[in-house]
Order: sequence, then C-alpha cells, then structure tokens
Amino acid sequence: MGATPTGAATHCPYCALQCGMTVGPGDGAAAPRVSPRDFPTNRGGLCQKGWTSAELLVSPARLTTPLVRDGGELRPASWEEALDLVARRIIELQAAHGRDAVAVFGGGGLTNEKAYLLGKFARVALRTSQIDYNGRFCMSSAAAAGGKAFGVDRGLPFPVTDLDGADAVLLVGANPAETMPPFTQHLRRAADAGGLIVVDPRRTPTAELAALHLQPAPGTDLALALGLLHAAVADGLVDEGYVAERTSGFEAAWRLAARWWPERVERVTGVSATDQRTAARLLARAESAYVLTARGTEQHASGVDTASAWINLALALGLPGRPGAGWGCLTGQGNGQGGREHGQKADQLPGYRKIDDPAARAHVAAVWGVDPDDLPGPGRSAYELLDALGTEQGPRALLLFGSNPVVSAPRAGHVADRLAALDLLVVADLVLSETAAGADVVLPVTQWAEEDGTMTNLEGRVLLRRRALHPPEGVRTDLEVLHGLARRLGQPAHAFPTDAETVFDELRRASAGGPSDYSGVTYQRLAGGEALHWPVPSVDHPGTPRLFLDAFAHPDGRARFVPVDHRGPEEAPDEDYPLVATTGRVLQHYQSGAQTRLVPELAAAVPENFVEVHPDTAARAGLADGAMATVTSRRGEVLARVRCVPSLRPDTVFLPFHFPGAQRANLLTNPALDPTSRMPEFKVCAVKLAPVPEAVQTPVFATTGGVR
Amino acid sequence: MSPRQVVVIGYGMAGARLAEEIRRRDPHGDNVALTVVGAEPQHAYNRVLLSAVLAGSMSVESVRLHDSDWAERYGVDLRLGVSVTGIDRAARRVVLHDGSELDYDALVLATGSNAWVPPTEGLLAEDGSLAPGVVTFRTLADCERIIAAARPGAPVAVLGGGLLGLEAARGLAGRGNLVTVVHPVGHLMERQLDPSAGRVLARTLGELGIECRLGVLAERYLPGDGLKLADGGHVPADLVVVSAGVRAETTLAAGALLDVDRGIVVDDALRTSDPRIHAIGDCAQHPGTVSGLVQPAWEQAAVLADRLTGADPSARYRGTPVVTRLKARDVDLAALGEVHVDVDCEDAEVVRVEDPARGRYAKLVLRDEKVAGAILVGAPDAAATITQLYDRGIPAPSDRLALLLGRTLPSAAVPAASPADLPASSVVCRCNTVTKGQLVTAFRAGNRTAAALASATRASTGCGSCREAVCGIAEWLSEADPEEPAAAS
Repeated sequence: MGATPTGAATHCPYCALQCGMTVGPGDGAAAPRVSPRDFPTNRGGLCQKGWTSAELLVSPARLTTPLVRDGGELRPASWEEALDLVARRIIELQAAHGRDAVAVFGGGGLTNEKAYLLGKFARVALRTSQIDYNGRFCMSSAAAAGGKAFGVDRGLPFPVTDLDGADAVLLVGANPAETMPPFTQHLRRAADAGGLIVVDPRRTPTAELAALHLQPAPGTDLALALGLLHAAVADGLVDEGYVAERTSGFEAAWRLAARWWPERVERVTGVSATDQRTAARLLARAESAYVLTARGTEQHASGVDTASAWINLALALGLPGRPGAGWGCLTGQGNGQGGREHGQKADQLPGYRKIDDPAARAHVAAVWGVDPDDLPGPGRSAYELLDALGTEQGPRALLLFGSNPVVSAPRAGHVADRLAALDLLVVADLVLSETAAGADVVLPVTQWAEEDGTMTNLEGRVLLRRRALHPPEGVRTDLEVLHGLARRLGQPAHAFPTDAETVFDELRRASAGGPSDYSGVTYQRLAGGEALHWPVPSVDHPGTPRLFLDAFAHPDGRARFVPVDHRGPEEAPDEDYPLVATTGRVLQHYQSGAQTRLVPELAAAVPENFVEVHPDTAARAGLADGAMATVTSRRGEVLARVRCVPSLRPDTVFLPFHFPGAQRANLLTNPALDPTSRMPEFKVCAVKLAPVPEAVQTPVFATTGGVR
Repeated sequence: MSPRQVVVIGYGMAGARLAEEIRRRDPHGDNVALTVVGAEPQHAYNRVLLSAVLAGSMSVESVRLHDSDWAERYGVDLRLGVSVTGIDRAARRVVLHDGSELDYDALVLATGSNAWVPPTEGLLAEDGSLAPGVVTFRTLADCERIIAAARPGAPVAVLGGGLLGLEAARGLAGRGNLVTVVHPVGHLMERQLDPSAGRVLARTLGELGIECRLGVLAERYLPGDGLKLADGGHVPADLVVVSAGVRAETTLAAGALLDVDRGIVVDDALRTSDPRIHAIGDCAQHPGTVSGLVQPAWEQAAVLADRLTGADPSARYRGTPVVTRLKARDVDLAALGEVHVDVDCEDAEVVRVEDPARGRYAKLVLRDEKVAGAILVGAPDAAATITQLYDRGIPAPSDRLALLLGRTLPSAAVPAASPADLPASSVVCRCNTVTKGQLVTAFRAGNRTAAALASATRASTGCGSCREAVCGIAEWLSEADPEEPAAAS
C-alpha cells in the first residue's frame, strides 16, 4: 500500500467493488492522473468510469460556494449565512411542528464516518425519527433475507477472490459485465468450466458470458427459484446431511416449493423445465458453487421473499458456510455495505443494531452520552418518507446528503412534487444535481480524493481512503457541515468531530458488540495494509473473511429456510399498458448519473436515454431503430431513443435510469413496496410505447434541471 | 356475527387448495368455519408428482401437501378417512358413513375422479375389484402398489397411451422394467397430438426401451401371462397398469339430484344447480376447461375462495387455457390450444418442422399473428417461449422459424473470423468503450503491441476479457502493414 511514485493509493469512488487505483498529484486545471492498482477485487482492472473518475475533481460544474434561494433563484452565499439560515429554519419548524418535522436522507455512497455521524445527527441533534437513505432502494431486500436466513447480513460472507475457484456460479439479476466490469475476472474459471449460469430477462453482456442463460419474464424470479429447488429435490441433489445438521425449516419451505414443479414454473417464467434442471444439476455437481443475487431479483415488492427463495436453494445444496461455496449478494453502491450498518437507516443504530432493541439503544446512548429514552424510535422508510414530505402529517424540511431522488426514486415525478412542497430543502452535493437545483440551500462538499474516510466494500472489507488532494477553495466536508449545523443546534463541539479518524473511533465504540462490530478496526491497521473483514471485535482480532464456517449467527447456530411462495408483480400488463418495463444500468453511468453525466468522455459514450425494444414490438408501435419514443405508465411518461434488440422478449422493454428531466425512467416506476424491506418495485411496471411527433423530438442532453 | 359453515367434500388437490385459499383470505376464521372431509386416511398429497414417485426420484414423504399439524394451525376441522353417504339439500346437511351429520351454509364438492377400467376381459375379478396383477394409476396407494409389484426386469404392460399412461411407462422403464404401452388409437396422446407428433413421440419412447402397440385393443388379460391383443398379438406382463382415462366422481351429486353430465355441471360462479352447492376440480364440468389437470382446479379454488370468504363476491371463473406438458425424463413434450389444424388450412397460419430421427417435431398454429396452438416434441426452449406467447396473448415474433428452433440468436455479432471483417465502429473493449477504429488509429500512431494499445486506448484494462481480441488486432495490423514505420508522436 502507500503512495506510488505516480500518486496516492486509493479506491474508485463509484461502485462497491472499490477497485484499487492511484490518483494524483493534481496539476492545475488538468484532472489528476488515475492509474489502476493491483487490489484483490479488481486485479489492476478499471472500467471507463474508474479511469475517468478524477475528471469530476476539476469539473467546471463543481460547486464551490453555498447557494441560497432568494426570490426564487439560487444565489451564492457564505457558509455562515447558509448554515445560520438552515439552523434557524430547523429550529423554527421543529418548534412549530415537532421534532419529526425535520427529516434526513442519506446515501450508500457516503463513507462509514458520514453515515454514522448523519445517523447520530438525526437522533441526537435533531432528535427526529425521520431518517432513511437511498440504500433502501438497493440493498434492503437482500439484507433482510440474509438476516432472516443467517442471522446477520454481509453482502458477500466470503472474500470476492474465493469465487476464482468456483466451478459453477448462479448469477441472479446481476449484470457485472456492465455494472462492475473488473469483477467478471472472478467468474472466469466458472465460465470456462461451463458452469456460469445467468438469470436475467435480458441477454446482457453478462448473460453472453454464461453457459446457460435463464431468461425469465420480469417479476417471476421467485417462481424460478422455487422451480430450481423443486428440480434439486426431484433429482436427488439435496445435501441431506447438511440440511439436517446445519439448517432448520426445510420441510415448510419444501411444502411450498413442491407445488412449483419445473413444468409449472416454465409456464409462469418462460424458462424451460430442462434448463431449470440443468441449472440445479450444474450447481449441485460442482466441487465449488455459489449463488449470487443482485438488484434484478431484489427490486420487487416481493424482493425479500425472492432473495429468500434463492437462499433456500443455496441451503438445500449445502453451499452457505462452507469453504469454496456460498450464497452472496452483490452490493451496488460504493459504501452500500457500510452505509447500511451504521445508523442512517430508519430502523437501525450503529453496528447493525436495531433501534427498537432496548439493549442496543442503551449501548449506543451511552456512547453518545444521552438518555436512551431520548432516542427516537423507527421512522419512515425511504419512499414512505419522500411520499410524506410536505404533507399534513409529514416532515416540513429535508436535509439530503449523497443522493438524487428526483432521478433515482420510484414515481419520480411525484417525489419531485413532494420535495417542492417542503418548507425547507437542504442538499449537500458536489454538483448541482437535479435535486439540488430545486433546493432552498445547497452546500458544496468535498469528494473522495479530498477527504479521509473508510468504505466497506461488497465483501465486508473495511477500506481506508486517504485524502490525496486539496479540495477547491470554498467546499467543506460533510463532517464539517454536520458539525456546523450541530453546533448551531446547541450540540457541544466534541459530539460532532470533523476529523474522520475521530469519528471512526467513536463508530468503533458504538458498533462494539453489534453484529457488524468494527471495534478492532483502526486507521493504523488499515493503513498498514491489513485486510479486515468485519466483524473485528478487538484490535488483535484478524478479522473475519469468511462468516458462518462454524455456525450461522442465529442462537442455535443453524441457518433458516424461509417458506416463500410466488405471487408475481404488483402491476401486470393489460390492454391499456400492454408491455412490461424493467429498469437498469449502463456501464458508463453511475446511479442517477449526477456525476458521470458531467464527465465528457462518459457523456459522449452514452449521451441520452434509450429504450430497448424487440424489433417486432417496435414495428407494431410504428417505431424504427433510432427513433424517439415515449414510454408511458400510469405514473408518467418518458422520452427515450429506440434501440431494437432481437434477443429481448417481445413483451418487455428496458430503460436505464441515469438520465434527468423528461428522460427519467423513474417517472414510470411503481412504488409498490416490499412488506418487510420497504423496497420499491423498480424492476416491473406496465407501460405502453408510442412514437414522438417529429416536432417534439428532444435529443438535448440536459445536465441539470430544476424541479421547481 | 358467527362465521358461515363451509363444508368441503374431498381432500385432494382441489379440496386442499380451496382450504388454503380460504385461510389465506380469512386467516382467523372470522368469516368461514371450515370443515374438510377426506375419504383417504392420509393427508393430501400432490397427485402431479406421483409419476416422480413412480420413477423413484421422489419419496412419498416429499409429495405430501400438508404437514400433520396443518389443520390445527389453520383452524380447519379436518376429517380423514371419512366418507360422505348423502346430502340432504333441504336441511343443508351432509351425512357421514358413521351416521353423523354436518350442517352447512355452503357445500363444496371436490370429489375428483376415478380411474376408468376398460372392458378388457379378465381385468376385473368376479367381485368387481381389480384382478391380481392389475393396478390403476391414480392414487398414492396405487403408486405404492405398482412399486411393490414391478420387480426390476419384469415385463409390465401399460393400458393407455395418454399423458398419465406415458408418464407411468417412462417411470417404470427408468426403474428397469420392460414396458409395453397398449393404446387403442393409431397414435399416442391423440387428444393433444397430431399423428406425426405421435409417431415422433413413439420413436423417442422406443429409444428409451418402451414399446408401443398402437391402434389395437387389449382383448383379454391372463394373470401371470399378459395381454392378448385383438390383432392376435401378445404382450407379456407380470403387471398391468391401467391408465385408460378417468371418470368424474359424481355419485353424491347424482344422489342429491344435482345436474350431472360428464361431471357435475357448474357455472362461472362454480355453482351447481343448487346455488348453495359448488363443485371444483376433476368432478366439475365447466365449459371453459377440460378435467384431469391441476391448473384449472387451482384457479377454481382461488375464485371460489374469493366468493365464499366475501373477499370478492363478484369473482368468476372463465376457464383455463390448457397447456399439456409430459413429465417424463428425457422426453420433452408440450401441446397447447388448437393442434388438429392442417398445414394447408386456409384460415390459420401453420408452420411445421420435423426431424424425427432426432426426436424433434414442432408445429405452430397462428391466428391473427397470435399463437392459437402448438405441438413441441424435443424442443424445450421453443416450448417455454411459445407457452408464454400463448398464455399472455403476445403476437408471435415475425421470424417463425427462429421461434420454432428455440432460443433467439444472441444479439452480439457472431465473432468475426478475422479482425479485418469487423466494422470499424464495433466495440472491442466494452469496459472502456474502445472501438476497432480507435485501435487502428492508435496502432498507426505507433502503438504496435497489445500492451502499447492498452495504454494508449485503455482497451483490455477493465475485465480483461478482450485481451485476446486486442492481441489479434495488433497481429493483424502488423501483418497487414509490416513495413509501415511508427508515426512520429
């Protein structure tokens, strides 16, 4: 580790693979140089996003001064003025409408320190229950299912390099060839051995690598998982010794899966019974096999049950908790793992503790020096929070960090309306995102290379990102922003430190004894190059690269089968909306695109929204390849350029969700929520397709767009 | 308000499902007090999986639908091993074999069907029971009897070349029996298949060791010897498995003077001619479906549960499109909708592909661009795709042959034989959006090795899977213009 001659060792600011790279030194107006670095997750590989990640450090679109809305326009303001204004409005609104009148919204890209301090800020400085984050939109279903089955949720309960030895990998609703390209190196052996199985309604670049591509109708993954479990039982592939010794609940889960014989599943999913049996056999016969899930199978109103169904399959085959085998979930956002552990989630306290657990409240309150009874209880989940903004019962103010819900939330048009109804919207961001453009106060903050902090990658390994460059004049770190606000709200300075390591040391104490225990992780150990996967309960503990080898985290040490049944998507196509829309990503853009759309090379590669359509479906709608179309659901209408894709199902269209304004795919999506995780159903909604009259065609690429 | 008394007669696939659907809508029994009467002594089991039990791939335990504490957990008054002797419609009461009675507000008949035994001489003993060495294939007990009697290597005859008979035959062949199917019609599964498909299927079964005697009646059964056929032929058999069709069980309904045709006649509300009495599953006759399949029974159970619990009093059953899928290892067969349509039919489009030597046959019947029917033998991918088009009413892709051949071809261009054949705009490195054109330009600028191309363009620096392609392009360019000097930078 340490700086190389060409720059400081760091990690890519985008996805959860956290590719190793070096950055810097800076050189005036030119972007600092990025070079790939050998690190276990990326092995010296970087995708185009990583290579160009330093562009944004010097982008002219960068904010360098706070902005305050004045007479309808945002105008530059001093930090003093901006923070004073925010604090004053918070105090007024809470006095008039109660503590919960002020809400906080975080993000899965924030460092552990920021996520932790944001949660503390909400509970201690604001004393509001109203805090949640955008990870609710990505990780919550797999997290809930992992917790139910294993007693604790860590995306990959094994190092990513364990996959290198796999003979068979079942990749469900994951498209790493585009979303985390260097990751696919770890699938090479399985692919070469004919053991890579990809489940995706689309023939993605990842599916192209697979020996077997199972192409279910969107929203039918749960049935498919039941079919594979059924096939495993029928073909005698179940690891009965493992099921008897290490699990409980198989019988009840099987009673439901027994009704899903492969031929019945075929009728619902469109995946042939033969392919279901082949998939089960490939996994069962492999020496080393893994089942990995991602957003495609999780972002449904039955997302938790769907993830549970895949875990049930893995358990029946005896995979989890064994070396060289397992189940895992591919976390998406940069700190999607750490971000869900340290208290920016409505129902959680640091260390992956539950906020309604009296012992957890007592422990965390002691670290924070407050009375446990003063800690608020659980608040609204992300969409429910956004949906309530500016309503009679809902919050009047929102402080938003590291997220862009105007583009990324489901039913985005409605969410924009709710944000516009607030008395106070405060956004901390690097650039004037679509959400920031509608804010009352915008606070410009530092980026990854300009600040210290830790990230926890997709395998639960804690990574230290050191400050490598000076931030531009006028920006502050999120920690400084929270400090400034907390001071103005009457908090003592020491309760909200601005030094990342100091915050981390407090996080260590707050997490001690919790499921994700960081108490043994120190900046010193991380800087020394130690690979520390949580839990790390003491400073002499080596970390836990592989969980569950001896026991699962339930009191009896057994993993749980969860009985689940298929129920299908909330919104089925009908005569008015005859097609199914599913959303996803492209390689060149990240999340809402607020950052990547400002990188010229990435914007040039994919400059505008598109919709993938089967050529017959396009022709029937009077659309040719390259034409501009409207895609309309019950909730909104989107502009997109048609891409004819013969491998697509004729009843399905696909849109990426990275684009702003009238190109927002999330104008269409259905905010039907999973009953447990409160995950919205991003992956299935009913739509129709129509041509756009020539005069209305707008291929203009808007980088920003106000919502007010 | 006290809950309504609902009595379900029959604890098979339909009755058990109805009980589950009712409790899903009324988990605490606020609206419905539920009694289920089952004639068999054990808990309901999944009849669809009996062929898997017969084939030995599934245990008796794994095909049970409910655990032993199911009735208690869900508040169901379950009476096992109890038969109903009569229905008193005026008093709204059923009479049980022990003389006790059950009052009802609503009664559901889910009595299923029975195996039909053809009039072949010798199959029945004098008392009307099955003769020694003859077994029907209908219940779990039948299944256990067949397994006990069919010693490996022993000859077995299956009477009936329909869906169930062939599943039994395949299971028995898999257990090591010498199986002969005797079928009175000229081709197998004549309800679902045309003659050509039947021939391909018979050929496939032949390769699995199953002999088919078609278009001939079994005239006489001789215990210990086998079957004598009407054409003078002889089929040796230690065991005869009868699978010649089923008849709806309508005895109670007929006794109660309800309208009975082939089955108990029901309307879209699943009411019999007495509106307080309903019928679902194999015993019911609804114009929109055929009996003998589980999917209609389960859909009927959901509709009836909506009505009986008050969850949706306007729910209606409109029929179930039938998709027949043979569940037999190494035989892939699907049939759906209209299949008996000729290629030269004028008001439908019919596409047919035959490859009998490889056990493949595919026939597609289209009306107004939509799938109206199909037969698919040995074409699992096409079967899955076409079933979806049929069920969802999606217009069929214009490339009919691709549809019949199965999987759509990959969207990516087929790898070019030489980099020379790639268009300049084709993306070689996806991770960094590098085209062949950019690589050529970089090469001509002096980056003449794969490594140099990588550092100039970033091609192959992501996942690395295009490394060979980049090397190939470097080699091709070197061969194409070996003399060209590196351009000055």
